[in-house]
Parts: sequence; C-alpha cells; structure tokens
Amino acid sequence: MDKLKINHEKIDEKTAKKLIDICPFNAFDYKDNKLEINAACKMCKICVKKGPPGAVEYIKEEEPRIDKSLWSGIAVYVEHNKGKIHPITFELIGKARELAKKAGYKVYCIMLGFSIFESAQELLHYGIEEVFLYDYKELESFKIEPYTAAFEDFINNIKPSIILIGATTVGRSLAPRVAARFKTGLTADCTYLDVKENTDLIQIRPAFGGNIMAQIITPNCRPQLATVRYKVMDSEVRSKDISGKITVCSMDIKKLQSNIEFINIVQKEAEENISEAEIIVVAGRALKTKKDMALAYELAEVLQGSFAGTRPLVEAGWIDSKKQIGLSGRTVKPKLIITLGVSGAVQFTAGMKSADYIFAINKDPSAPIFSVAHFAIVGDIYEIVPKLIEDIKIAKSTHPSSKYRVPIFE
Amino acid sequence: MDIIVCIKQVPGTSKVEVDPETGVLVRDGIDSKMNPYDLYALETALQLKEEYGGSVKVISMGPPQAIEIIKEAYMIGADEGILVTDKKFAGADVLATSYALAQGILHFKRFDLIITGKQTTDGDTAQVGPEIAEYLKIPHVSNVLRIIKATKKHLILDMDMPDSIGTIKILFPCLITVEKDIFQPRLPSYKKRILTMNREIKIMGISQMADKDEKKYGLAGSPTKVERIFPPEEKFDRETWTGSGEALAEKMTKKLKELKFI
Repeated sequence: MDKLKINHEKIDEKTAKKLIDICPFNAFDYKDNKLEINAACKMCKICVKKGPPGAVEYIKEEEPRIDKSLWSGIAVYVEHNKGKIHPITFELIGKARELAKKAGYKVYCIMLGFSIFESAQELLHYGIEEVFLYDYKELESFKIEPYTAAFEDFINNIKPSIILIGATTVGRSLAPRVAARFKTGLTADCTYLDVKENTDLIQIRPAFGGNIMAQIITPNCRPQLATVRYKVMDSEVRSKDISGKITVCSMDIKKLQSNIEFINIVQKEAEENISEAEIIVVAGRALKTKKDMALAYELAEVLQGSFAGTRPLVEAGWIDSKKQIGLSGRTVKPKLIITLGVSGAVQFTAGMKSADYIFAINKDPSAPIFSVAHFAIVGDIYEIVPKLIEDIKIAKSTHPSSKYRVPIFE
Repeated sequence: MDIIVCIKQVPGTSKVEVDPETGVLVRDGIDSKMNPYDLYALETALQLKEEYGGSVKVISMGPPQAIEIIKEAYMIGADEGILVTDKKFAGADVLATSYALAQGILHFKRFDLIITGKQTTDGDTAQVGPEIAEYLKIPHVSNVLRIIKATKKHLILDMDMPDSIGTIKILFPCLITVEKDIFQPRLPSYKKRILTMNREIKIMGISQMADKDEKKYGLAGSPTKVERIFPPEEKFDRETWTGSGEALAEKMTKKLKELKFI
C-alpha cells in the first residue's frame, strides 16, 4: 500500500510550518517538535510536490493488481419517472459513447422499473448497444434494497468497466450503495470525464465549494462509478433510426424484498420560490407600463424559468414582494439570470451576483449592472426581447429533448 | 428509540484558493466547525427523542481535534459520543470512511435509526450515509424532507425524488439522510455545556474495532486516488455586446443554446 513518509531529520519549526500551510486538508500536526500526518490526509501529495524538498516522501508499494481486461463496456443508469426518461440519461449516453469510442468499449443501459418495456424502446434511438431491463413489480418505485439488488445482478453478469449515473436525488442514493456493495470507487458530481489507455476513468470534480478541482481515478478496482449532474454533459442527438437491442433480465425475486413501503407519491408542482429557481428573468425599471411586464413573463416562460423583479416594481405594485431580488428581498443563485432594463444598484446585485451566468440588457452602457454581468448587452429591451422570444421558440422546436418538460418548471 | 447521528468537522470557510503560479492552496485561516448540514440531522434526532423517548448518540471520524464537535453535540443535547480516529485512517476516501464509521457504529451495539446530514460542505458528495447503510446491511432513504410519524417499529416520512415526493414507511433499523430545513436546529446551551463538561467521549482506533485489518482503512482501503488538484479555470471573460436589437437577440439565442439553457 502506498503511503507518505515524513523524513524527520529534515523537519524543523520552519519546514513544519511550511507543510502545515500548504496542506489543503489541515492534515499535519506539529507537537513537541514532531510532525505527524493525521486522519484528515487525502493523499493529494501536494506536500511531496510543493513542500520543502525531501521533507515528505511518497512510498509506493506494489499491491496485487486486478485483471482489468475482465471488465469491459460502459453502462449508463437510466433515470426515469414511470417510464418517462429523464434527459440526464441522454447526456450520460453522449459522454459514454465518446469514452467508449476511445476505449473500444460498448455502451449499455440498465433500466429498472415496472411495465417499462415500451419506454425502453426510446433508448434505441441513441446509438447504444444493449439495454438491460429489469421489469418487476418490486421495482415499480425507487426502493433501495431491490434497486441495489438488480444493479448487483447486472454488474455480476455484464461486468462493465465504467458505470455512469445521473447525480439526481435517486442517483446520489443508489450509486454509493452499489459502489459499497462492490467495494469500489465512486466519484460524485464529475464535471469532466475521460478515459486512459489502461481503461482507468479520469474523473474531475469540484471540491471545497468549487474553489479547487480534484482529478480522481480508481486505479485498482472495477467497476468504476461516477455520478454527473444534470446539464453538465452534452446530450446525445436522437437518431431517427433504431440500433441495438433490449434484453429483459430475470433474477431471483427473493432478492427484491424491501423494508420500505410506498404510501403515496405526489408529483411536484410548479416552483414558486425564486430562491430555488435555476433560470430567472428579472424585470427592471426600464419597463414603461405594467402591461409591458408581459415581455418578461413570456421570456421566463419560453425558458421554463421563473420571473422576478426589482424593488421599484414591487413598490409600484406591479409584482408580488415574494418575487423581489435583492437585500430587502430574496437572494438567488440560479444557473442563468437575465436582467431586463435593471440598472443594478448594489442592493439588487448583492442578491444575485453569484448566479452562474448573468446576461444583462440595458440601454445605458455605463449601467452598474454591467460590472457584475458576464454578458453585457447594450441595447433596448423593447427591440431585443420580442425578437429573442421568437428566436428561442424556433431554436426549441428543433431541439431533440424539447419533448421533455421538467415538471418543476411547468 | 435509539438514534445515532453521524457528524463531521469541516473547515470553517470554503474560501480556499489555489495559487495559479505555485499550485499551492491558500487557506483563509484554519477555523473548523461542525458540518452545518449535520445540525439538521442532530435536531431531527433530538425531536424524535423528545417525542418518542430513547437516546441520541453521535459519532464522528476525524483528527483528534474533531473531539470539539462532539463536545458541541453534547451542548446541543446528545447523550453519548464516539470519535473514530487513527493515524491509519489518513487518506480515507468515501468507502474507507464509511467502513470506519460503520465499524464504530457497531460499538454502540444496538440502534433503531441512524441519521446523517444530506452532505458535507467540504467533501460535498452525499455518499457516506448510503455506504454506511450498505456496510450495516440496513435500508436507507436519502433526502428526507419531513418526518411524519414514528412507532416502535417504523418511520413514516417524505422523501425527495427528482420529479416527485414519496411518502414512505421504512422499518427499523434504518438510516436516513435529512434535507436542510427539516427542522430548525437549536443552539448549544450554556447549561448543557456546564453539565456535560466532563462527560466521557469514547476514542476508537483500529485496535478497538471488530475488524482490525489495516488494509480496509485509510488510503489502503480507498479505491479512489486523487491524482492532482488544481484551480478551476475561469469560465469566460466578461463580454460587452452592441449592435441592432435583432443581431443582439440572435447572438443571445446562440449563446443560450451553447450553454444548454435552450
């Protein structure tokens, strides 16, 4: 087993302090002139690479290597709600196909549920090799024991090298369970995936709230599991043609027992709370009349986003105070925010500046909103927005996943 | 109802930056605190205890100084605590961490319910809870939004799923991970601090565990390896666009499509 060795003869107060300073995980303890590595160490080896030369050494000890050639193929877990396939699945297929091409692998899908054979046909439009279907009454709703058992059965039979799972609430519950059953590695919320020549999956994910990135591999275990968040990878384009096949799997039904029982399932209703919204359109004072608010409403609607406003609009009684962004309203951190004629007072920007992407439209090139915007669009909302709504409608009508609507935005 | 809550000490701030020149991490102080999500887990346990009786025990894995958060849990209302700590746990990933915690939990002999926070603020994986459940061979439910009712044998609760909310009944023993805001966490009390000042905290290393195989802990027991860490790339530079309304609308549509918002 690999380990870090401290060369104590090279350690004095100064070098110890240097090491303590560079360790991102606070894993050095210096007490009574002795430096030790504690349980917080993540073996990132930054102390070896960037610390005082020779102070900490990386000792590699050979351990028995597994035969990686026994594992092959990339499996994608099909997330669905009563057969309605979640678009994250097509994004994972897109990435899986790209990796498979490089590694000379096939792409499989594993789909668990009840009465889902018809729905599984859709997967054959995405260039995959084979869908493994577990169609049992016991798998009708997401219960952890039968779902893990079916997944286990699939892994034992197919021996996939890589398994990709969407980082949804279900995926984040199921993936670790499966990983622990096979005592293998799982990397959560990967933002980048690649594959090495030796079939090791390169997984990059943000750590410390996105302030650093970590590149992680699973060098001596198979399968390799990774979860990926929705809207991170590019979706595979749906082909009109069909390829691949569906294999209905059978397994020991006794393994599908559960101590969990569903009493009720309620489909989520439209999202009202703008704090949770992923896309927000904000109306500002440049809107001349209350009637013009329709512009902002419609833009939010075509983007399947929420609608919000600035304080002056609340004070004018044009919008509800629950829809106000800013210090005296709500703080939001959406993936996308588009401001329409918002000047950008500090009280407003404090409530939205951590959005992932900020598009600001304003006539005044010196508007303070442009100092927080990633895309500063200098122009008249009355000229831009109606055309924008039209363009988005056209773009959407040609998009492959436009059939799917996340209920939350409906 | 005997409840175990898993807690973790995390850095007090997530303001960590990598110096792009040297690749060295710049940390803003070394303050540490209890993972904020764990406060909801602890509160859920205390609410259940107050309603149905029983005990609340906490367990943490970390360096020796993580004993501070067990003391904090005592001040909030926990009855008993274990710190799982050993130099040999260094380099533990999710799997090795879950295994060490599961081994520590076995020391409590009996329990009905294990509660964890939804995730930690430093690792941010939400994986340790489900993996502990797997090692203990008990069912689990992640993302619990609300506890509706408990009896001696089971819990009824609401679980968050991508497009729906499921109301389910789960038999004890089991593990749940709770969402933020399931309950409003109470503050540590001065009175409890005085009362629990000398309360024992059990320290467990590999030698106290049922499984003493060093290969299952720390780096040796970790299937994943961190190859490198580096600063995130700036997503883009700020851009200013000018032109006719029509051209700007077109450009925006193109960019929104590229960013997958359309």
